[in-house]
Amino acid sequence: MKKTRNQKAWFMVLPVLILVAFSAIIPLMTVVNYSVQDTFGNNNFFWVGLEWFEEILASDRVHDALGRQVTFTAIILAIEVPLGIFIALHMPKKSGFWSSLCLVLLALPLLIPWNVVGTIWQIFGRIDIGLLGYTLDKMGINYNYTQNALDAWITIIIMDVWHWTSLVVLLSYAGLRSIPGPYYQAAKIDQASRWAVFRHIELPKMKGVLLIAILLRFMDSFMIYTEPFVVTGGGPGNATTFLSIDLVKMAIGQFDLGPAAAFSLIYFLVILLVSWAFYTVMMNMDKEADV
Amino acid sequence: MAKITLTNLAHSYFNNPNHDNDYALKPLNHEWTDGTAYALLGPSGCGKTTLLNLISGLLTPSKGKILFDGNDVTDLKTAARNIAQVFQFPVIYDTMTVRENLSFPLKNRGMKKDYIEKRVKEVADAISLNDILDKKASGLTADIKQKISLGRGLVREDVSAILFDEPLTVIDPHMKWQLRTQIKEVHKNLGHTMIYVTHDQTEALTFADKVIVMFEGEVLQIASAAELFERPAHTFVGYFIGSPGMNILPVSIEEDNAVLGSHNIMLDAKYKKLTGKIELGIRPEFVTITNDPFALPVTIDKVEDVGHYKIARARFQDHPLNIILNECDEIKSATTHVIFDKKKINIYQNDWRVEP
Repeated sequence: MKKTRNQKAWFMVLPVLILVAFSAIIPLMTVVNYSVQDTFGNNNFFWVGLEWFEEILASDRVHDALGRQVTFTAIILAIEVPLGIFIALHMPKKSGFWSSLCLVLLALPLLIPWNVVGTIWQIFGRIDIGLLGYTLDKMGINYNYTQNALDAWITIIIMDVWHWTSLVVLLSYAGLRSIPGPYYQAAKIDQASRWAVFRHIELPKMKGVLLIAILLRFMDSFMIYTEPFVVTGGGPGNATTFLSIDLVKMAIGQFDLGPAAAFSLIYFLVILLVSWAFYTVMMNMDKEADV
Repeated sequence: MAKITLTNLAHSYFNNPNHDNDYALKPLNHEWTDGTAYALLGPSGCGKTTLLNLISGLLTPSKGKILFDGNDVTDLKTAARNIAQVFQFPVIYDTMTVRENLSFPLKNRGMKKDYIEKRVKEVADAISLNDILDKKASGLTADIKQKISLGRGLVREDVSAILFDEPLTVIDPHMKWQLRTQIKEVHKNLGHTMIYVTHDQTEALTFADKVIVMFEGEVLQIASAAELFERPAHTFVGYFIGSPGMNILPVSIEEDNAVLGSHNIMLDAKYKKLTGKIELGIRPEFVTITNDPFALPVTIDKVEDVGHYKIARARFQDHPLNIILNECDEIKSATTHVIFDKKKINIYQNDWRVEP
């Protein structure tokens, strides 16, 4: 086939380029600009080189926040992915009233704005007026997410599971529904166990959507800000201060623009790196499947 | 391997079928002899897949019974019926190697390790998968994948029947023939009862010992390829088998004479008095162009060259008539005369063939 060469086509892309420049490139460059300079007010900036980066990389505070972040993300992935698959496996297989009802119910948490989710759980968990907190308190269980770090973590993790497991369920369910009937029939004929059906039919066929679900949940949870901020404000102490919360504290709370800029660039690179690694692994798995 | 008996078997997808047309499969009595290769042939929606699913146990019949070697299996689930099935598209376990795929059904049945190894080797020999036993099954071509799914059925020595549901649908044309030959070979060497669903007559006629032609949920004829060609039991069979299909012309019968309009066609035998819709069927292969001015006059609309022979699309009055031309036949004018080979004429009463 002969390809048409027409350089004018580039003009078609121009509007998008301009938009992207204003929405992404220019703000990003401002951050880069801040990260290599210091200021003592009055809009006077002077060059400090990589000093801020060195400071952030060596900072215990950032290390702690990163540690908390990785722990949080690992925990919610470890809960949401298996739970999501489990729920998807037990949803009605045929389309009809019950499967539609399940889908609507599952989609609900996904439609609630994040700060509302935070507010819901902030109130839900309060021991004076919240249904959950009050009930636990009356049952004699010592629960207080504003004072106990473990309680705060549990609350935030349950909130995230409540909010986001549906995403994994919906993606897995879509993956499951796309498996043609003969696979199950063949498995029956071969007398495969339920586990073998899951291991050798369902899981391999869901692999693609599952990896996307994991990638989405990783990125989202690694950048989580609004919900824990609304519920605990990063406390008690620094117990739930994840990377984003810490970054905002540094940038807006303390107005340390230089270190905050360096911090956000490193943060950005970490997410980019992990996502890229994920993507490569995914692509390699696809290739393996084709060879 | 087993003999399969169907007694009064019928199926409807409606809960309360009260009309004949509600049945996807109309009542059927048949005995499938052990070790025979059958083909279920018919156009889409004729009920052949329904019949296959009833035998495999994926569907429970609305009426009637299915017996395997005399044992009633009507209410048994697929797994308990001991059948194997090859589906329209290859069903393999992507995560496993070819060897693991083949041993999977045996492993699930708790067979011993060395027995599994022996069986897998035998089957791999039979369908020539030897060279790729340790390859991942997911990367192979569709025809090899189909062989793997066939192999998963073959490894079980006690399998009652192997069912094929249009197994060549997704196979490249040049591989179809090869795979079909191989399936036939397996049948010859191992002697399983095989039931093969297809809407392709070439596939059915070359594969099967017996072809079952179905139309609108009804079995029209169960016969060998030659019989279907020479003596179609129903006008639909005549029309469906063959390329082009049988010519069907409305006639009236007077003993050994068929009257077509104002023309008489001599028959090979005498028929008793027939009432209802009477038709004469003659295959295009047995229509010959002649110079005899007293033979049947026809108008030729066009001649199609299909390579190894030519088809003339003709008309007798308003009735279409296809003629397969001989090498030497030359069409000189649009109007000519034809004669029928009287030994090859079939007579139909209300679409069903009548014996002289």
